[in-house]
Amino acid sequence: MRRYLPVLILAAVVIAVQLVVRAAGAVYYLTQATMAAYYCLVTVGLCLLMGYAGQISLGHAGFFAIGGYVSAFLTTLRLEAAAPASRFLSRLGVLAERQDLYENLLLGVSPWAALAAAVLATALVALVIGLPVIRLKGHYLAMATMGFGLIVFRVLLGTRFLGEADGIGGVPPLPLFGLEVSGGRAHRVESYYVAWALVLAALLLAVNLIHSRVGRALRSIHGGEEAANALGVNTTRYKLATFVLSAVFAGVAGVFLTHYNGGIGPSEAASMKSVRYVAIVAVGGMDNLWGTLIAGALLNFISLRGYLGSYDDAFFAGILILVMLFFPDGLLRPRWLKRGAP
Amino acid sequence: MRTLWTKIVLAFALVLAALPVTAQGGTIKVGAILGVTGPASNLGAPEAKTLEMLVELTNAAGGIGGRKVELVLKDSGANPEKAISFTRQLIEEEQVLAIIGPSTSGETLKIKDICEENQTILLSCASGEAIVNPVAKWVFKTPQNDSMAAIWIYKYLKDKGISRIGVVVSNTGFGNLGKGQLEKYAPEYGMEILIAEVYDKEATDLTGVLTKVKAKDVQAVINWSIEPAQSLVVKNMRQLGMTMPLLQSHGFGNIKYVEAAGQAAEGIVFPCGRLLVADALPASHPQKALLENYKRQYESKFKEDVSTFGGHAYDAFTILAEAIKRAGSTDKDKVRQAIENLRGFAGTAGIFNFSAADHNGLDMSSFEMLTVKNGKFVVLK
Amino acid sequence: MPFDQILQYFLAGVTEGAIYATIAIGFNIIYNTTGIINFAQGEFLVLGGMIAVTLSAFLPLPLAIALAVAATMAVGALVDLVFIRWLASPSVLRLVVITIGVSILLREGMLHVWDEKVRALRHFTGSEISSVRFLGAHIAPQALWVLGIAAVIVAVLAIFFRFTLVGRAMRACAANRTAARLCGINTRWMVTLSFCLSAGIGALAGCALSPLTQTQYDMGAPLAIKGFTVAILGGLGNSMAAVAAGLILGLLEVFSISLLPLAYKDAVSLAVLLIVLFLRPGGLFGRLEAQRLKEF
Repeated sequence: MRRYLPVLILAAVVIAVQLVVRAAGAVYYLTQATMAAYYCLVTVGLCLLMGYAGQISLGHAGFFAIGGYVSAFLTTLRLEAAAPASRFLSRLGVLAERQDLYENLLLGVSPWAALAAAVLATALVALVIGLPVIRLKGHYLAMATMGFGLIVFRVLLGTRFLGEADGIGGVPPLPLFGLEVSGGRAHRVESYYVAWALVLAALLLAVNLIHSRVGRALRSIHGGEEAANALGVNTTRYKLATFVLSAVFAGVAGVFLTHYNGGIGPSEAASMKSVRYVAIVAVGGMDNLWGTLIAGALLNFISLRGYLGSYDDAFFAGILILVMLFFPDGLLRPRWLKRGAP
Repeated sequence: MRTLWTKIVLAFALVLAALPVTAQGGTIKVGAILGVTGPASNLGAPEAKTLEMLVELTNAAGGIGGRKVELVLKDSGANPEKAISFTRQLIEEEQVLAIIGPSTSGETLKIKDICEENQTILLSCASGEAIVNPVAKWVFKTPQNDSMAAIWIYKYLKDKGISRIGVVVSNTGFGNLGKGQLEKYAPEYGMEILIAEVYDKEATDLTGVLTKVKAKDVQAVINWSIEPAQSLVVKNMRQLGMTMPLLQSHGFGNIKYVEAAGQAAEGIVFPCGRLLVADALPASHPQKALLENYKRQYESKFKEDVSTFGGHAYDAFTILAEAIKRAGSTDKDKVRQAIENLRGFAGTAGIFNFSAADHNGLDMSSFEMLTVKNGKFVVLK
Repeated sequence: MPFDQILQYFLAGVTEGAIYATIAIGFNIIYNTTGIINFAQGEFLVLGGMIAVTLSAFLPLPLAIALAVAATMAVGALVDLVFIRWLASPSVLRLVVITIGVSILLREGMLHVWDEKVRALRHFTGSEISSVRFLGAHIAPQALWVLGIAAVIVAVLAIFFRFTLVGRAMRACAANRTAARLCGINTRWMVTLSFCLSAGIGALAGCALSPLTQTQYDMGAPLAIKGFTVAILGGLGNSMAAVAAGLILGLLEVFSISLLPLAYKDAVSLAVLLIVLFLRPGGLFGRLEAQRLKEF
């Protein structure tokens, strides 16, 4: 049970923050806190990949963008109700109506069906890319993943029906058991809780994974791949599974953030974003889920609030270099985690 | 472990609590989201400088209706998600009266809904027609419509008897929207677009795509972009021995692009606001004094040439200030209506005539056809 | 396609290829001596161009360029001394992340020193509209300068590495660092020298390019990416192959313009990168064992 303690603490912190903020009359902070949560979700998956499976990925923003764009594209379709394709889809129950700014009624795919499609797409792409990528090591791995992220960016930027440079806007909110994930003021608190609930669920999954057979296998790979192979651990399968899982985390984060923001643009796939995700995992400590979470929450929150103005990127780079030079094991290592390391 | 977590929670709570609560003490809060750094810095930086200068001058003269103006400027780096986050911040925390910006059409379209929903005035400095068409109650824009620029270009070409053209645009919102407008109006003016290509805004060499254009035997080339790559198009064209006329969009309005293109820039024709040729205007022209004033103030303060981009921010602020004066209050809806009722308002981009159906207020006469002669902008005769 | 059009594409491709090859050579020098991929290589080009432009306002052009190259070399040495030198045995990940951080810092530094405006160096010969006709195709004299300088760089480096003591010492470091140290070679200074050399080459290339491509503070990253695509394509560490690979990629990109929409041009070269990495990480001309030998 001890291993779940941090999860409970995090849940408590999340609730506490919301209450504090409400008491202080500063409820608007929740907006950036919500957005930061989704970016944290990406880094949780990346932490699993980098810290436990030992694979660097400089292209994870690509998966985030794939998830977001698939869902954005499907939910903003303007289908003709009478067309045969629409009628077929409608019978499958995947269509939904939405209203736009000018009170028109439009027909598109329902957000939940789009979410499923986005997760599937992300997983598939991760599988296809992952197979050749995990065989690479060191610089080649770094560059292959960077190349992947860049291709996603270029394709998104250059394709007309994906909105090219402007991306896709007008994405409807995501309905959730009577609640709604959207940016509107009325739904701010529920969106905040949904976002952090998602992060908590991901963390639970990650913690379970780490303490399971799979986690041990991953750590053995990270410790020494040849030895692990010699012991009969199917390193390829585990690495690939972690790759796909971390990609799916990123894709899901992409979907939810897109609904929250009401849109997505190609900048979400930019290499600077991927670098930020890696920076956060590095700062938090490669295999330290909690460190990554804290680093992610703080750094993203600061960045989204714009506290640093034009020095945002320089600050990130500075922190990155400082941590890599002086604290290669990460800045945030609670001592208890080291004692009796699982 | 407990102490670490407690520390973190406390730190977080302290950060939140210590941040300033919005002060309403009689100042008029105006928000601005501009791309000061990043890919749109050619637009955002002059816009930010202009706004800061105007706010300073306004406050020195006693403010608007006796109240000082407080400018809250956010640098979005042309990033739509930052623009969204800052918009929410400005509206909910800073509780600004209006938001000036963003610098790009892409960002503007993303925050249009948020501003409508929260009933906050948005004065965009981006030129995409889609921003005001269809009209949203709270959303205005100050640059001329890109459709008008396209029509000016086509009228000029038609006069010259040219009908076969090649179009190259950059892969930004501005470029793509421009391409859309050019394609839309081509049939009406008898233009045949033989080739239309989108180049990367960070491109360092365009001879490849221009070779493709040259092969199509076009009579003129239209380039539509806002970044420095504009100068590359010009230079590469001349280097390839392409002597046909080159037309630019109104995004060419900065003398730096001419300097970068050097001799190759001679003879470029483009529609633009009158800011760059203020000295050539007759003394009776309603915009003359204003333009020369702005030019003088900006150039002496920042030691760099004015550009039409800064002018859009200038217009946004002066329109807002005028509307506040006429409304006699800072009630958002009254100010909004005051903007809609502005007629004959002289700005850098032209004479504004707003209405409930027209949230841009500029028409074809706001443009002038300019050309480059001896490295300077002159009016085309 | 008519011949003069093919020739035109060819010339454009060769020019671009020469640019990519120069950047790749910069990567290779550092990689050979240290095993590090320096993600900040692109920034050296931009820095050289920026400094040269500022200096050329009041100095004659050749002097401005020489000083710019020297200054950038100093920056290169500084990068090594401050960030790399005293790392004990860093993991690949750590180094990758550090050099990425350095590249961002350099870029932001340039933004705040020079602002966001674009600049261009004077053309070495001729002007913006001069053009040389060659069998029906046109090429700018500055492009010929770029090709010439790239060729000179390659030649000088070849001589340097093969015939001078210092050059051979660097090669020794590349082959086996411990053995080199045992031979009395000061490997730490060899590393610093390799950063200097890479920075200098980058700066010179950046100056030659500036009249053609203009210089802006954020130009470094896209150039760097093309650079290491080419380096990998030729085989990491093999500079001769990098030249060939650069020409191949340049030609591939330019000819792809004639077939595909221009928007996908970069996707093409990235796809090439991925294919090479997946199928033949040793590069077109390398063998994986030669990789480990890291010969120039």
